[in-house]
Amino acid sequence: MLPGFGVSLGLTLTYLSILILLPLSGLLFRSASLGLDQFWRIATSAQAVASYRVTFGASFLAALINAFFGLIVAWILVRTPFPGKRFVDVLVDLPFALPTAVAGITLATLTANTGWIGRPLENIFGIRVAFTPVGIVVALTFISLPFVVRTLQPVIEDIEPEIEEAAASLGASRFQTFVRVLFPGLLPALLTGFTLSFSRAIGEYGSVIFIAGNLPMVSEITPLLILSKLEQYDIPGATALALVMLMISFALLLCVNTLQWWAADRHGGNGEADA
Amino acid sequence: MSQTCREVWKVFVILASMLVAAPVWAAPGLLNVSYDVARDLYKDFNPQFEKHWKEKTGETVEVRQSHGGSSKQVRSVADGLEADVVTMNQASDVNFLAEKGLVASDYAKKFPDNASPYTSTMVFIVRKGNPKALKDWNDLVQPGVQIILPHPKNTGNGRYSYLAAWIYALKQPGGNDRTAQEFVGKLLKNTPLFAAGGRDATTSFMQRKQGDVLISFESEAELIAKEFGKGEFDIVYPSLSIQAEFPVAIVEKVVDKKGTRKLAEAYLNYLWSPEGQEVMAQNYLRPRNPAVLKKYEAQFPPIKTYSVDEVFGGWSKATPAHFGDGGSFDRIYQIK
Repeated sequence: MLPGFGVSLGLTLTYLSILILLPLSGLLFRSASLGLDQFWRIATSAQAVASYRVTFGASFLAALINAFFGLIVAWILVRTPFPGKRFVDVLVDLPFALPTAVAGITLATLTANTGWIGRPLENIFGIRVAFTPVGIVVALTFISLPFVVRTLQPVIEDIEPEIEEAAASLGASRFQTFVRVLFPGLLPALLTGFTLSFSRAIGEYGSVIFIAGNLPMVSEITPLLILSKLEQYDIPGATALALVMLMISFALLLCVNTLQWWAADRHGGNGEADA
Repeated sequence: MSQTCREVWKVFVILASMLVAAPVWAAPGLLNVSYDVARDLYKDFNPQFEKHWKEKTGETVEVRQSHGGSSKQVRSVADGLEADVVTMNQASDVNFLAEKGLVASDYAKKFPDNASPYTSTMVFIVRKGNPKALKDWNDLVQPGVQIILPHPKNTGNGRYSYLAAWIYALKQPGGNDRTAQEFVGKLLKNTPLFAAGGRDATTSFMQRKQGDVLISFESEAELIAKEFGKGEFDIVYPSLSIQAEFPVAIVEKVVDKKGTRKLAEAYLNYLWSPEGQEVMAQNYLRPRNPAVLKKYEAQFPPIKTYSVDEVFGGWSKATPAHFGDGGSFDRIYQIK
């Protein structure tokens, strides 16, 4: 056992309680004033359900896009030397540093049908990005990119090139080496990155409202609906929606974490370190 | 502890003690908690008041300002932000403070003109030369017209636009609540997006060239002219519009605790002085003082306006009826 185990465990629990559990119990307490059937009515109203679909659907898509491209970016950044690599490496962190409202406004201007990206997209492919649900996915992909890349980088660094050489010498093709040898080791970290991306996207507000269009039932995210209730000084209603979001997020995160433990267990990868 | 570590620690201790001591150094003064776009107005007004107070009493005071989304500001005051006065863009925000007992329930009677030192109204901003010939509210509901509007549920700006259209429909021959809802429904059908706020709506209209018409405060139109140039758009005054009031109030609990009641009263009263009214006119807000209004009449064309009080019986009725759960906005989108 670690020296000072009791003290550090106590400290951990106190810290987490004050920082996380206390505000959360406040949330519970506030929405408790509603009564169950009223809570249910608010939580399952057509507008709320439509907003859950937009929020969780767009966040899931964004996390999926980031998992795919983030893996490629992380791999290139670790394994391939190229001029300006340090610069590109810093670029990855930019979505962390940029105020999200700035990101939202910039992306909206770029992808509106008069913008540099939006104009050709609409004229050639007939796709509208800004002020539609597609715009929400774009904004969420932008703000949650660093999570996948930064989670994968140290794991990729730890993979010895000798492993690939060994696989090759045993007759594995490059594709087989990736799928059978490298990928299982990366999977737990990839799942962690995906989860972080996903949960970051669910809570995002600042960038989305500038690009979403915010039409009820179409492009309205749940955080906006919460704000909408706060604007009417309907604080219990707002906390009810917040609580639903929290419960869905918690359930989803639990699922992904279980999946990740399973993957780490099965493949003996580096998952434990990241869990 | 290493040398650098000790240096860092020293700086930290100094910074921390500065934070603790800061309130002691500050001059006696007021905190004015206000809505977002009033920043420029009070940046002009506060130094004038400070000068006026110095001449009158010899005291040096400092008025600090805090700006942000109006309901967020009001919630901070309710949660303990020590504002001596609030200057808002909607009565419903001040009503919330009155409900909480922070502001007198008859705050609107404590100052002249319903405690609103200036007014504004909603106008149309259209593309140069008005290519779609949009002259009045009924032109906006024609098929193919696109309207840019901030979110009617979440922003004061959007709520005024929504209610202005409602009033127009009510005042037409045979107009009633049903025809008004139908009319506003058609208007919202022509609205491809709800902007996050007033300034965001302006950006979408002016910079991203979305839509044919932007509904906005008259005062915003002038700011847009400053930002984007006068030749970029036309301002259209519809046949009638809404009167937007901007109520001010003293936060009773705070001024009693801080002993700043006299100063706070003088500050708010000074808003009605000719000098204060001039500052408002210079910020394109319609002053209450007839002499000042006359002086600036070139920038304020006459327009028939109705107040929320006379048409809807006040914000405390208009808000739940139109923007609350199951209100007219929700009914238009058929949200249950």
